[in-house]
Amino acid sequence: MQIKGKAFKFGDSISTDHIAPGRLFHLRTNLPELAKHVLEDADPEFAKKVKPGDFVVGGKNFGLGSSREHAPTIIKLAGVGAVLAQSFARIFYRNAINVGLPVLICDTTQIDQGDELEVDVGKGEIKNLTKGVSITAKPLPDVMIKILNDGGLLEHFHKHGGFALDV
Amino acid sequence: MSKTIAEKILSEHSGTGAYAGDIVVADIDAALLQDGTGPLAVQQLQKLGMEKAARPERTVLFIDHAAPSPRKELSNAHKILRDFATRTGAILSDVNEGVCHQRMVEDYMNPGEVLIGADSHTCTAGALGAFATGMGSTDVAIGIASGKTWLRVPETFKVYVTGGFKKGVYPKDLILHFIGMIGADGATYKALEFCGPTIDAMDMSGRFTLANMAVEAGAKAGLFASDETTRKYLEERGRGDKWRPIAADPDATYERVFEIDVSELESTISCPHTVDNTKTIENIAGTKIDQVLIGTCTNGRIEDLRIAAKMLEGRSRHPNTRLLVCPASRDVYLKAIEEGLIAKLIAAGAAVINPGCAACVGVHAGILGDGEACLATQNRNFKGRMGNPEGFIYLGSPAVAAAAAIEGAIADPRKYL
Repeated sequence: MQIKGKAFKFGDSISTDHIAPGRLFHLRTNLPELAKHVLEDADPEFAKKVKPGDFVVGGKNFGLGSSREHAPTIIKLAGVGAVLAQSFARIFYRNAINVGLPVLICDTTQIDQGDELEVDVGKGEIKNLTKGVSITAKPLPDVMIKILNDGGLLEHFHKHGGFALDV
Repeated sequence: MSKTIAEKILSEHSGTGAYAGDIVVADIDAALLQDGTGPLAVQQLQKLGMEKAARPERTVLFIDHAAPSPRKELSNAHKILRDFATRTGAILSDVNEGVCHQRMVEDYMNPGEVLIGADSHTCTAGALGAFATGMGSTDVAIGIASGKTWLRVPETFKVYVTGGFKKGVYPKDLILHFIGMIGADGATYKALEFCGPTIDAMDMSGRFTLANMAVEAGAKAGLFASDETTRKYLEERGRGDKWRPIAADPDATYERVFEIDVSELESTISCPHTVDNTKTIENIAGTKIDQVLIGTCTNGRIEDLRIAAKMLEGRSRHPNTRLLVCPASRDVYLKAIEEGLIAKLIAAGAAVINPGCAACVGVHAGILGDGEACLATQNRNFKGRMGNPEGFIYLGSPAVAAAAAIEGAIADPRKYL
């Protein structure tokens, strides 16, 4: 899967409260509306500026905090092609794969706000077209590749009638 | 080969000899949803055409995050959970019954079991010697319907604790100190196993506080051996027959070992906006506080309310500081009334909020104003956590919270003990 878009750079420790704040708790059953506020507490203009295929680029421990799956879901609904970060919090990482949002662990220090990126999710290759550098992401675990390739956990379960992870 | 607690429980539940790094499909004993994550889980099961619970008597739906409902959208979200409970036979824990994590340990979880919950602080039940971990709505939905989940068996960090706490210092200070030491991502993906003489001597309330905050170091689970203290707790809760011993093998493999001597530990406070931004009391005392919250799944138990009530008895909250008290469950609330704690707290100026998540999640019941600071006994102080990204949250023990309520500023609790 090849995706091309612009980088939106965020710092370390972007929490699920930055992504889907508790004050918008009442919108959790209205995901398209909640998606209009995605990452609002990190960048209030983000939802207006992001275009399909753009990338969210974080630092360390991206997505820490709550188990709210709404966080990766609204990042995906906003059209984001993938989230790139140096590290992810465990629950966010698992949720992102479950909802079919690609997440790549890689060195994001060579990516700045507005850089044009081309990402091959399957191969874990990131080309920073603006800077002319290539970055390699840590491969996803096999079980997560299976789930992501099926389009998410629900689709995986539906397709196979249960877990088909070959463990 | 010898096993950690996580390896033992996940081996038993997957019918394999599982070690750290293995992927297993494990049977789950119990699952929980709450009103923030539950409606999405129910909608996912409806999409799958699998609206059922494999074990309805161990599937618990909690209306605790926005309880009672402050808005019609949330009232409608609550209806989704109530309807699901009616159709599947799952248990509904409705308004006022308490925070999911407190309720799970009070009435549902036992040593050696596996719990998955659509709430990050599901790890609280690790204090009972259960493998309990937080996941998203879809994972838990599928777990509820199928009775199974997939897990990577985590590597374990052993946290060996020695020494006696000084006056005014509590398990909450220990866990804040530990997270400050290893960082909010210091244990990402790992299981923490708390052990040592200080843990052996610690009551269940303190163990729940430690297990509850394991996720704030990034951990997947916060585990404890099941011992005599666990057995007595289960007996008090009417299920002594569910007790079984659980402990790691003596030569189990740990990725890292931390040794902490608590005898020199001071009151510790997490400062805005991350839990690992910790300071000891002498380096933060005097910071003005507009609101104090004593409660939550971290520190809203009877032991916590006793500390606060003792300190506040015959005293008053500072006139410029609001004091909110929220017992973690109905049982805690009733006991606090019986013991006269609630009367003492109200006399000192507290507003007592019905059991639930209250102000901690920023939905209602204590949202901060712009620039305001709160000292809370909860587990998390992220920007926006208490409903306003312009607010500032400090985390501390119930004793630090009570002292802050008295002085209107962060203060050393020892002078009031």
